[in-house]
Amino acid sequence: MTTPVEQERTQPEAVGKEVAAEDRPWQTVVWNDPVNLMSYVTYVFQKLFGFSRDHATKLMLDVHHKGKAIVTSGTKDKVEADVAKLHAAGLWATMQRAS
Amino acid sequence: MKRWIRDGDIVVGRLDRQEAAVVRGLVSQIQDMLLARAEEAPQDELAELTGIRTGPSEAPDDPILGRLLPDFHRLDDDAPDPDEVNSASALRSLHEPELLDHKTGAAETVLRTCSPDGGEIRLTIAEAESWMSSLNDVRLALGTALDVTEDMPEELPPEDPRSPHLGVYHWLTWVQDTLVEAMMP
Repeated sequence: MTTPVEQERTQPEAVGKEVAAEDRPWQTVVWNDPVNLMSYVTYVFQKLFGFSRDHATKLMLDVHHKGKAIVTSGTKDKVEADVAKLHAAGLWATMQRAS
Repeated sequence: MKRWIRDGDIVVGRLDRQEAAVVRGLVSQIQDMLLARAEEAPQDELAELTGIRTGPSEAPDDPILGRLLPDFHRLDDDAPDPDEVNSASALRSLHEPELLDHKTGAAETVLRTCSPDGGEIRLTIAEAESWMSSLNDVRLALGTALDVTEDMPEELPPEDPRSPHLGVYHWLTWVQDTLVEAMMP
């Protein structure tokens, strides 16, 4: 595995002023694991989130090379539902607050 | 087994008798583990009244079940954040029953559509998705048991006790990969 590279994060709701912890959006993180197939991970991203093949492939490659990728973000409820869907598909996903 | 092919709304594959026995055996084992976990869920009167089921709040001790039923937060092994520990427990007991239903249901679909005699398998798109997720669960379980790594060789030295099982793992990888390829939009 290569060294994880800090990736650029977009914070759609956090522009301009300092944001309290409660206002920071949640993020869905998918972690690399040695079992899940690259083709399957791409398929799951397309299927669950409606991503284009290119976008899904890019995220899959981030997971593979950087060890993780943030695949969606938003309210706690949305991200919680996304993590649950990823678990159903067998991916290793967790949720965290944007930093 | 030949590679899966997509024929309109149907996905077609073929397993010989021995391959069908391998798939059915492994899928049944995973299903049994998941059903046993489901029986550990706390039974309480409130849940019966409201119909809202709650699962266990603790992650499974077994590493295979742990991989199939992950935590909702990445908890630091040495010094987990207490708030995240509480949140992970609450989210697990809320979501685990549904996750177990999903996984045992997918296993059921494989067992229903894969004849013990082998032969042609014709799947709807929904059934093919159940096959994909169930084959993935089996590979996650085998991968955990065999301690598979990303640079795992095709074959291990014959004296390695994992050697015969690794062949099954690689075969399942191929079966799943061709199914994904057939399903790819």
